[in-house]
Amino acid sequence: MNNINNWLNEHGDYLYRFALARLRDTHQAEDAVQETMLAAIKNNSFDGESSARTWLTGILKHKIIDLQRKQIREQPISDLIDLDASDTSMDDFFDSTGHWLDKPQTLEIPDNALEQKQFLKALSTCMDKLPAKLATIFSMRDIQEIDNENICKELDITTTNAWVMLYRARMGLRKCLEINWITG
Amino acid sequence: MLMLTCKQASKLVSQSLDRPLSWSERLRLRFHLLICDACNHFNRQLRVLRNAVKRMMQHTEGDSTIQLSLEARDRISREINRSTESGYH
Repeated sequence: MNNINNWLNEHGDYLYRFALARLRDTHQAEDAVQETMLAAIKNNSFDGESSARTWLTGILKHKIIDLQRKQIREQPISDLIDLDASDTSMDDFFDSTGHWLDKPQTLEIPDNALEQKQFLKALSTCMDKLPAKLATIFSMRDIQEIDNENICKELDITTTNAWVMLYRARMGLRKCLEINWITG
Repeated sequence: MLMLTCKQASKLVSQSLDRPLSWSERLRLRFHLLICDACNHFNRQLRVLRNAVKRMMQHTEGDSTIQLSLEARDRISREINRSTESGYH
């Protein structure tokens, strides 16, 4: 099937960037592209109505979620259960009366192109520091814009768990950005 | 219970990105944000964060210097060939 190898040549880099932007891991992004190509061979339902790129991207989106699901499910289940006792997880940020320990500061994306690049680099570093499962669910919600209901279905977690994980992820990221960007 | 603590308010701010808040939650949050600069900053931070990660994604997608490595391309190509060959048996 020469077709598929042509597709790899024509669309491989595009699909790789698409996957990398969401998975943020080169090996996983390569795997996602490979799985997409193999799935394209297996269920050759391409009808020529949409472009091949659009069709392949549709497959890729599912492959990305498959990898994310695997990543979350490989985590010990106890990690997810302790999220229910969410109140202690915020002790780093609030005192016992619920007041901020360090008050959040003003944070803006810079207009200047060079500064913006540095800002996004700081953000990327902060995402790398986040526990893997928090980074994954954050990516699904805020980057891939999958709705909460579907995230819970894919990851087999409760809505409350999802809210708590997203809250933790965002709290950690904004704090990290304050340290690495505002004062850095 | 009209008064939220900052901890409760921040939780609602985050959840407002994931679900519609109830009428009373919205009212209490709005009241808290009227009087609390820190939570206002937090609210703004989360929106900035959301915009920033989307921009980060677009940068990666649009960066043509990011390409599949030759190694990965060869490997995928081999897998494609193996898969199509086995399909003919």
